[in-house]
Amino acid sequence: MPTEWFLALRFLREGRSQTALIITGVGVGVGVIVFLTALISGLQANLIAQTLGSQAHIVVRPPEEVARPQLDPAPAAGLTVLSRVERRPQRVRSIVRWQQELRAVSQLPGVVAVAPVVSGPAFATRGTASRAVLVRGSDLDQLEPILPVRRRLVAGHAPPVGAEALVGAQLATDLGLGVGDRVRLGLDADSGEVFTVVGVFDLGNKDVNGRWVLVPLRAAQTLHGVVGGATEIEVAVSQVFDAEAIAERVTAETGLVAESWMERNAQLLVGLRSQSSSSLMIQVFVILAVVMGIASVLIVSVVQRSREIGILRAMGTSRARVLRVFLIQGGIVGGVGAVLGSALGGALAKFFETLARNADGSPTFPVQLDAALFLRTAALAVLIGIVAAALPARRAARLDPAVAIRHD
Amino acid sequence: MTDAAPLLRLEGVIKDYGEEVVTRVLHGVDLTVTRGEFVALEGRSGSGKSTLLNILGLLDRATAGEVWLDGSRVSDLDDAGLTELRARSLGFIFQFHHLINALSAVENVMMPLAARAGRVKRDMRARALAALADVGLADRADESPRRLSGGQQQRVAIARALVADPPLILADEPTGNLDSTTADEVFALLRRATRDKGVAVLMVTHDMDLARRCDRVVELLDGRIVDH
Repeated sequence: MPTEWFLALRFLREGRSQTALIITGVGVGVGVIVFLTALISGLQANLIAQTLGSQAHIVVRPPEEVARPQLDPAPAAGLTVLSRVERRPQRVRSIVRWQQELRAVSQLPGVVAVAPVVSGPAFATRGTASRAVLVRGSDLDQLEPILPVRRRLVAGHAPPVGAEALVGAQLATDLGLGVGDRVRLGLDADSGEVFTVVGVFDLGNKDVNGRWVLVPLRAAQTLHGVVGGATEIEVAVSQVFDAEAIAERVTAETGLVAESWMERNAQLLVGLRSQSSSSLMIQVFVILAVVMGIASVLIVSVVQRSREIGILRAMGTSRARVLRVFLIQGGIVGGVGAVLGSALGGALAKFFETLARNADGSPTFPVQLDAALFLRTAALAVLIGIVAAALPARRAARLDPAVAIRHD
Repeated sequence: MTDAAPLLRLEGVIKDYGEEVVTRVLHGVDLTVTRGEFVALEGRSGSGKSTLLNILGLLDRATAGEVWLDGSRVSDLDDAGLTELRARSLGFIFQFHHLINALSAVENVMMPLAARAGRVKRDMRARALAALADVGLADRADESPRRLSGGQQQRVAIARALVADPPLILADEPTGNLDSTTADEVFALLRRATRDKGVAVLMVTHDMDLARRCDRVVELLDGRIVDH
């Protein structure tokens, strides 16, 4: 065993109560960091999962139609043209050459799934009840990696074929629909085609559950008058936080409008970032407290051991080795504290998770504990220990052995 | 049991302290110690003994003059070189034994070997136990220094000084804190080391009786060697 490790372990063993106290301090600090990170990460992951449960990571649409005035843009000198160009109302229309665009988008790095969708407003009528809805047509097998509708079915089956439809749970309640019932879908409340409800879904979003009707792609193409077309390309990416950058790339390469979930949920992201920042601040203060704790205990240890350090130096122990004796002590304290703190924080987080449950049995405060969190925190704690020990270690290494030996 | 090979040689060693007001503590000390020689260094308090011992122990540098130890000229060495020379050539015994309380008796004795090798190895324990056996403490090897008597602690310190077979032992009043019987035992151990191992011992002492039993007595008075 290297001499510095031997001495570091013996010094820590001799100052048992000091060592236990400082390891407890580090353990509590690490525990707070693990608990807080697990809780915040869990809550954020849950929020993001809920948000992305009812929307694609990126939605690609054709550019907005703009009005093209027939007037001469540069009238003759002396002539003033008074005009007011109104914005064009946007209609449901297909992406031009959507198959090619779909292929191009699917080949971008980070993209894991793409699906063509026809989506547009319509009315759903049952008897005298009518609701404004969004009729979305797609191949559910293709859409599943993007929107897991199949897993969110609360009744019936999927996919719908021919004149079959899936409706949101809230819409089913509003129109009194159940599996096997018929509903008329049309561009106005008095016309349209009759569909049979074969399933009811709950995507975890009240607005979506109250408005969405999912039909086969061909049925939606016919309903919205875009036969053979696709009004949107929906995209899933491997890293959800890369969606914004990938959307920008889609726009750059295809000229289409690509909107990421981050753009659509900017307020949510601001909230998540604020939460992360406050969590980070708490962690920074915890780390500072731990650093000061370790440093102060080791400084006291250096003062107490001045004479012994002098003797070691007199016996031929180099300054660098004395320095390492104290750095190693800091590292050991950090490492052992990390193990204790990880166990403490992990147990606390798991306990916290069991305190409150949602109606469906899922935890109200989900926590995210994984090996990466423990490894990261352990590495951080060891680093903190070594950094905190740097000042005392430097002081020990600089001791004049002649003076230190006479220190009593 | 001495041979003529000079182990330690000081020539005109001067030591000053202070920058604005300079105090000269050593005024050109010349001293030679040969292998296997047992030299007593005596002098009143303030005569410069500690300063001289620090310079001999390579814990401090002379302001002027030259020190040769075990074939090396000290002024040629940097801090790392001095550390290495200390590990190789010197053993220390202090008045208050200065054992490391975090280590057991045998671990204390192992430390000079570990300091030299940079590692604690299994065979070091065997060597340390043999050194402890030489001073009659093999049965107390795993005790904490706190549980040993003053005499036993000083014997552990002697074992520690001898274990790495350094050619020179610097002993700073090693019997100053012991009763006369224990002091005699400690002296006998050092004398045996000079005889059996050819180790040179330079012992600071106020005990004139012990000093007279050494091979040579050197007196330091006001920073000068006055009597060889």
